Amino acid sequence: MSILTYDFMIRAMVAAVFTGLAAPAVGTYLVQRRLALMGDGIGHVAVTGVALGLLTGTSPTWTAVVVAILGAVLIEVIREQGHANGDVALALLFYGGIAGGVLITGIAGQSAATLQAYLFGSITTISVGDVWVTIGLAAVVVIIAVGLLPQLFAVAQDEEFAQVAGLNVRAYNILVAVLAAVTVTVAMRTVGLLLVSALMVVPVATAQQVTRSFRTTLGLAMLLGVGSSLGGLVLAAFASYRWRVSPGPSIVLLALAGFALTWPIGVLLRRRERLRTPFMPDDPLGHDVTEGHDHEHGERCGHPAVEHGDHVDYIHDGHRHAVHGSHYDEH
Amino acid sequence: MPDPMSADAVLTVDDAAVAIAGRPVLRAINLRVRRGDFLALMGANGSGKSTLVRAMTGLRPLAAGSVHLFGTDLDDFRAWHRIGFVPQRSTAATGVPASVWEVVASGRLTRRRWLRPLLGGDRAAIRNALEVVGLADRARDGVTALSGGQQQRVLIARALAGEPELLFLDEPAAGVDLPNQEALARALGVLKERGATIVLVAHELGPLAPLVDRAVVMRDGRVAYDGQPLADDAVHHPLFLESHSHHHHPPSRHDHAPHVAAPLDSNGNAFGGQR
Repeated sequence: MSILTYDFMIRAMVAAVFTGLAAPAVGTYLVQRRLALMGDGIGHVAVTGVALGLLTGTSPTWTAVVVAILGAVLIEVIREQGHANGDVALALLFYGGIAGGVLITGIAGQSAATLQAYLFGSITTISVGDVWVTIGLAAVVVIIAVGLLPQLFAVAQDEEFAQVAGLNVRAYNILVAVLAAVTVTVAMRTVGLLLVSALMVVPVATAQQVTRSFRTTLGLAMLLGVGSSLGGLVLAAFASYRWRVSPGPSIVLLALAGFALTWPIGVLLRRRERLRTPFMPDDPLGHDVTEGHDHEHGERCGHPAVEHGDHVDYIHDGHRHAVHGSHYDEH
Repeated sequence: MPDPMSADAVLTVDDAAVAIAGRPVLRAINLRVRRGDFLALMGANGSGKSTLVRAMTGLRPLAAGSVHLFGTDLDDFRAWHRIGFVPQRSTAATGVPASVWEVVASGRLTRRRWLRPLLGGDRAAIRNALEVVGLADRARDGVTALSGGQQQRVLIARALAGEPELLFLDEPAAGVDLPNQEALARALGVLKERGATIVLVAHELGPLAPLVDRAVVMRDGRVAYDGQPLADDAVHHPLFLESHSHHHHPPSRHDHAPHVAAPLDSNGNAFGGQR
């Protein structure tokens, strides 16, 4: 366990916990608004921000925050105007951000390797100052995302309703965009700009396989985010005794493994829920008696019993059998 | 001209016009809704009835004229808790699961300030709203587990949770099966008894017809009829119809951008008429 007690490792673990909390908190609202790829778009734009930092000799983290916020607000404005389709707007920013970033990095005389630390993360080289910035920004993101849950939920659920309820829809939408931009730059050091969106979206996708309400989805996603970022980091640390394993990909792959494990459960739960949906309480057609039915339906017969008006129908082999005296009717 | 300060005028529209992208859509609309009215706003597709509701709730800016809610000009109106709105949409579902209770509770936001937790009175109002639409036993279920008609009732319960005095409903019965339309009629009947003022946009009234005590029929962006409720077939009088009355999808809004499948469209007209 010795590797876990190194200073750089403790710093990395603290950063991982806070990133793992903040990313899915914002990601839940993005997924709710079907903007799952927005984090990716912001991440690509932030590449230009990092390159500007390298060019001007200022901290790439802060130039990335500024450029990412500008990009996020731009995406939001384009989306709100509804002029270009949102996904086309995202695509334009993807390409512009990456191309601009690589171009400016070259002009700055920096190698691609410098940029790579930001593209794929370098959590183990994080400094004490960076850890404090990560903690501070992540805490602000989590407090806003959880504290304003009723408002943000209502706006993402139904913009028109929220506006008539007196909420400032545009302000809340821009707030979410800014939170997403801040989260992207926070997670930049952990999983890297190209994998940021995974930490925002995958825990949410995993959580909603088994949840039915928004608040449990948000809470479970944050838990899964912490679990996969911390777990992925520790796994990478132990694996690095033998191979070159960087934490960014291992965090994302761990999160994806969680999804792969949960998905079949989600399929099963959704199937069961559909199967149990009550039938329309209309009167059945005629009176078709099923003769010679040697199976006896009951509470424990194993066939789904689905509500149908004032009784239940038992479902098997394409039949809907309802008990009628000593025989079954086809309903 | 109606006097907006008159005590029983809940909603007045004076000489209002609405233009969308520079094209005048609604012209010379005058309307006065008194407390306790149950008004049905009818007309063919594209006649402007939804646009009028959106103008009355502040979702569409006016090009001319004025709208007063409870005697206050719409621009200065802040008492949104007195208004309930059920937008036209076919589903209450979004990208993340949400329970019926959560969606209905979001209607309580008109009466909640920042960071204020739900109090006993809020919870009672949410429970009551669910009971009125007959979905109290489904509160913990996810909205996606409900049928389209039941989801429509969830959206109505959401508007009721804020305990509004004036309720706007935009096509709540469109594409909803008969049992759900009847449940809807029961819920609106309860509200009417409690003295709520209701403005209902509808293409056809169906089971809601007995509740309506005033009909306003729109035609081509103007009020063509305002008076006693009409029989269902009277609305199909040539005066109120386009040359044909079947359902049309609105034309695409953009013509030059590559139109890729759009999960990101604004809520605006994207839901209009789609079912």
